[in-house]
Amino acid sequence: MSFVLQCPNCGPREVTDFAFGGELTARPRSRPSERELHTYVYMRRNAAGAQLEWWHHRSGCRAWFIAQRDTTSNLVSWTALPEDVADRGEGAA
Amino acid sequence: MRDLLRRHRMWRPRGELRSSYDVVIVGGGAHGLATAYELSKRGITNVAVLERNYIGSGAAGRNTTILRSNYRTPEGARFYDASVKLYEQLASELDFNLLFSQNGHLTLAHTDRSVFVMRERAEVNRLLGIDSRFIGPDEVQALAPEMQVRGDATYPIMGALYHPPGGIIRHDAVVWGYARAADRGGAEIHPYTEVTGIETSGGRVSAVQTNRGRVAAGTVVNATAGWSTLVADMVGVRLPITTHILQAFVTEPLKPLLDVVIVSSQMHVYISQTDRGEILVGAEIEPWTTYRMNGTLNFLQEATRHTLELFPQLEHANVLRSWAGLCDVSPDYSPILGLTDVDGFVVSAGWGTYGFKATPIVGTTLAELIATGRTPQLIEPFALERFYTDSLVSEAAAAAVSH
Repeated sequence: MSFVLQCPNCGPREVTDFAFGGELTARPRSRPSERELHTYVYMRRNAAGAQLEWWHHRSGCRAWFIAQRDTTSNLVSWTALPEDVADRGEGAA
Repeated sequence: MRDLLRRHRMWRPRGELRSSYDVVIVGGGAHGLATAYELSKRGITNVAVLERNYIGSGAAGRNTTILRSNYRTPEGARFYDASVKLYEQLASELDFNLLFSQNGHLTLAHTDRSVFVMRERAEVNRLLGIDSRFIGPDEVQALAPEMQVRGDATYPIMGALYHPPGGIIRHDAVVWGYARAADRGGAEIHPYTEVTGIETSGGRVSAVQTNRGRVAAGTVVNATAGWSTLVADMVGVRLPITTHILQAFVTEPLKPLLDVVIVSSQMHVYISQTDRGEILVGAEIEPWTTYRMNGTLNFLQEATRHTLELFPQLEHANVLRSWAGLCDVSPDYSPILGLTDVDGFVVSAGWGTYGFKATPIVGTTLAELIATGRTPQLIEPFALERFYTDSLVSEAAAAAVSH
């Protein structure tokens, strides 16, 4: 089976209702070097375990939201709209 | 006659790990074993292949066994063509029957746009001497007489990219053949040996930590497909890779009805018939990343629906089993192959859904790289550095749909 995500607006829906937006990535500093910019654009942690990630409720309210999912079990521990997530790890390198 | 009753081992069970190897290959799949074998041909025999699970338990044993070289970019087409040519004589080289059925590969076109793209691919292929051409519906029907080509299909077949050298090969046999050859060449194969860390010293790999102890290593090869970012993390090398599942299923064995490989990009499905008679159907990767190799009901529903559009006579065939494997997908659908910023740390990664068909050429080129220290010209375009220099090799047109 696949899994179910809790849309912050609409409630629980099957994963096929959503578009996956990838892991949350740390933005580079304001005037990044070319290498930092390429790292930001292409390189991924691809974590095995808890991962913060973007989802888009494509077949529903069309909101973008953040989920924490364990990529080894596909268990989603929480979802929230971006404005409700205090630390999005964007300060990290 | 006595030989028939003797128990043959494909490779020798090994005792404890040595304290030091010239080359440690992480991952006992097709790429790792092919590299070990090719290293032994070059006289480099102090080599260990470390596999967390059993040999061939990852993508090497889960792929859909399709070989082809009709890629979109000259860099890609040239590379995969060299691989198919090595595959053609691999059974005799390894002295092991690989059950290669080189009966042709058809990528169906259902729209004007895909007709255009396939004609373009055929031109790129032909310029490189690869047998590949666009054919109309009549010729498609002649090559696949049991497939529904005419009629009122949802996705009408307007033609196909026909690639005669394409086909299917027994994937487990490729793994076992390479494992036996690597073992005979002197490499040690250690299943159930998990790499837990890699040590560096002065920007160079120095040792590998495993669940069975620490071994010094001159060169470490990361050939772990879906797990490659986790292994690269151990030395601080970042990769532009995400891990996704790809699923497939087989029906019960049926009488022969299909000897070519059928791919439909629009329907996200590819179909072949195995030597056992099973209809083997694969699909598209799931868009979300995961390390959990469980299948989805959605895949079975979509893949069976699309298979029935092409082969309605399968409506009562039973699905025997389905499975999932991990794919290490790169942004440009081309592999990441060769040296990294850490001396002695070599990667074979970013294989997405096309790693199996590259096995022999990965073995020969990586062995050459390790033996000589120079990157073979054939794999220069696939260096990790390309993501920092805007020189991507986009195979999206020919590989974004897995087949």
